[in-house]
Amino acid sequence: MSFVITALIMFIFWILLSGEFSFILILSGVFSSLLVSYMSHDLLIGEGNIKLGIKRTFRFIRYLPWLFWQIVMANLDLVYRTLHPKMPIHPKIIKFKNDLNTDLGMVILANSITLTPGTITIEVNENEFIVHTLSEESAQSLISGEMQARVKKIEGKYNV
Amino acid sequence: MFEIAAIVIVLGAILVLYRALKGPRVYDRALAVNIIGTKTVILLALIGFIYERPHFLDIALVYALINFIATIAFLKYMETGGLD
Amino acid sequence: MDIQAIITGILLALGCFFIVVSSIGIVRFPDFYSRMHPAGKSDTLGQLLVLSGLMIYEGFSLVSVKLLIIIVFIFIANPTVTHALAKAAYVSGLKPWKKEEGKND
Repeated sequence: MSFVITALIMFIFWILLSGEFSFILILSGVFSSLLVSYMSHDLLIGEGNIKLGIKRTFRFIRYLPWLFWQIVMANLDLVYRTLHPKMPIHPKIIKFKNDLNTDLGMVILANSITLTPGTITIEVNENEFIVHTLSEESAQSLISGEMQARVKKIEGKYNV
Repeated sequence: MFEIAAIVIVLGAILVLYRALKGPRVYDRALAVNIIGTKTVILLALIGFIYERPHFLDIALVYALINFIATIAFLKYMETGGLD
Repeated sequence: MDIQAIITGILLALGCFFIVVSSIGIVRFPDFYSRMHPAGKSDTLGQLLVLSGLMIYEGFSLVSVKLLIIIVFIFIANPTVTHALAKAAYVSGLKPWKKEEGKND
């Protein structure tokens, strides 16, 4: 099953990138997408539940507008701090507990932290996140855990 | 319009080049090189639009992939002393 | 001048602004960890704005699909590289700069 899905995705990708429909290009596209999905079909889909994956994709798309808003706010804040002649930054490293169960959730939360106000993920493991913050307010807003709650909603109640 | 944007991005890349030359540690240099690489992706896309050659976008796409892999490989080499 | 070109111009100007500010930040900030902030955030947003400006200029075609693929890839890869750099520096024992202690770089 994962073999067929991977081959289809690879072939759609081939057509999008080439944009031509001569016989030799289509043939080499079919051949190479079959070869690639034979070698690595367990990487893209994995053993996870496909239905759950689709559900999570839709939840992730609903999370995106809030993320974009946060990114814009983060950048205005950073521009202010960069261009201010005295550079009002108070960098420090904070740690907080990791409540997430899945790798996908951890990746989404780590990348979101890096993209949003004054925070960079340094290390993620099963127990905690280590985060470098640029200012006091951003550290407080991260410890309050709003973002983690939102990512937990994407994850759903399954532990896979 | 595209020409002005391309020139501004090149100026930004020159600023980052200062950090790549001076950076006190190897991580600063790696960061600066990675940022110059991502600016190059934008520059390639803009050049494709300036000369009206859409094939430059393929180069930009491949350059983005290579830039990512190169930085990760360099860091792995720094951390472990080998790429096995 | 039609409306598409105007929107493209605005997006390009905003994107160039963020890219230049991120370059200034990389030069100005005092230590490695705070230099990661402009690299991870402003640069990603600037690239997003410039490439979406090009997408709007092009309209709907195969070229804009390729631009969308580049945007999605940059959006995933840029924070990942930032995270990898920060982790490498943290593992090697680099200490962050503190305002009270003055410069150590």
